[in-house]
Amino acid sequence: MSDPHEAITRAHREEWARVVASLTRRFGDLDVAEEAAAEAFATAIERWPADGVPPNPGAWLTTTASHKAIDRIRRESKREDKHKEAQVRYDDPAGPGVPRGAIDDERLRLIFTCAHPALAMQARVALTLRMVGGLTAAEIGRAFLVREDSMTRRITRAKVKIKEARIPYRVPEADELPARVSGVLAVLYLVFNEGYLSTSPDADPVRAELTAEAIRLTRLIRELLPQDGEVAGLLALMLLIEARRPARVSPGGELVTLDEQDRGAWDAALIAEGHRLVRERLATGAAPGRYQVLAAINAVHTSARTMEETDWSQVVALYDQLVRLDPSPIVALNRAIAIAELDGPEVALAAVDRLVEPLAGYHSFHATRADLLRRLGRNRDARAAYALAIELAGNTAEVAALARRRDL
Amino acid sequence: MQYLVSVIDSTAGLATDEEMAAINEFNDRLQAEGHWVFAGGLGAPASATVIDNRGEEAMFSDGPFVESKEHLAGLWIWEAPDLDVALRLAAEGSRACNRKLEVRPFLTPFE
Repeated sequence: MSDPHEAITRAHREEWARVVASLTRRFGDLDVAEEAAAEAFATAIERWPADGVPPNPGAWLTTTASHKAIDRIRRESKREDKHKEAQVRYDDPAGPGVPRGAIDDERLRLIFTCAHPALAMQARVALTLRMVGGLTAAEIGRAFLVREDSMTRRITRAKVKIKEARIPYRVPEADELPARVSGVLAVLYLVFNEGYLSTSPDADPVRAELTAEAIRLTRLIRELLPQDGEVAGLLALMLLIEARRPARVSPGGELVTLDEQDRGAWDAALIAEGHRLVRERLATGAAPGRYQVLAAINAVHTSARTMEETDWSQVVALYDQLVRLDPSPIVALNRAIAIAELDGPEVALAAVDRLVEPLAGYHSFHATRADLLRRLGRNRDARAAYALAIELAGNTAEVAALARRRDL
Repeated sequence: MQYLVSVIDSTAGLATDEEMAAINEFNDRLQAEGHWVFAGGLGAPASATVIDNRGEEAMFSDGPFVESKEHLAGLWIWEAPDLDVALRLAAEGSRACNRKLEVRPFLTPFE
């Protein structure tokens, strides 16, 4: 913690959501909370190099952010004659009207608020990544293939709706939880994915703090809803993907694809836990949802000692099942990758080429095409496809891996 | 906190007797639980007149300001502590009156 810049980066990673959540609880306003949190981090950047890193950075940030928020509310009070409100909120640190829900976790309360069903799904994800994950609008925009300014507008609109329509800041009561959970799972999965393959060239290629946070929160939800198959499925899926993280980036900083990963480096404990969850779900005999099927696919991958020993026909069969649940072009693309192992690159390429219209702006589409073209010996076409993939990819380690394969 | 709850109708007719009975029962509950502020059904869109007096003289025109398949058939104003309560009531209200509902908050700058 001696280097102030490192301390600030670390505090942003570890404390952002806590600061935002605690300010939201206190001031009952996401905008106030977020702006004050951002100001507190800006102040830390100014002060810590000169004054030294405080012994408890999280508490320092929360206190500083609270003062910023009070200043802001007072400024607005003068303008709008709202002295009383500022005073009330200053005197009552718990904030007005915040009933405790089924789980006492500030960040979970923040997630349920950001993932409220009255918001459009994309707004829920964007808001959660912004408020809970601390990502910038630019980073979130990259993750969802939309421009930064439209992402900023989307987040702003969502915050206005929360405020104006008074979406409560709380974890739902037990009886309304199941209905509210699916939206939260979608959000957590997207947060996990952003951590597992960061979309920003300015961020680390793999952001373990985001994957860890997504897993931690999914575990919390599972404690609450142990019978929910999709909660178990999503947790299993995350664990089985997270298990491969140590083998995912080479010492040279390149993303290592599944076929080249050192399987000895995979986390055996996480794999065992993931497999246990998948078996538990299979034993219920209940029809699996999307996350359970994805978890099963990853269970097949993590059961094989090598790429060749993988039961590809089972992987393809599971993808067929997944296509029925989620007929999105990205699922079709992943299915085609499995088809390449089962039926060869030519069949897979034909399937991939059918997806050009919806996925022309998606780097993985071009990367997959490039690999298939290379395997078919169409080197010129492959180079062109790699170039497109490199242009669209935001992840630095992925760009490095694509560049190496292009130049093979 | 008050919410305007618009009843969106895509049928031509008024509520049936059964629907009216369900609405009355629901309204009794709204009153008993302290959510009730106001409610009313509206005449058909064709009974509307649009007035525009932004120019030199007032213009009156026959019919609703927008022709659409769906129209506003009635409204409630509810008192509720937050959107979750309003949405829970709206889910029950939609079932009672057998119509779609839109829930929209009134602006409350000094809430």
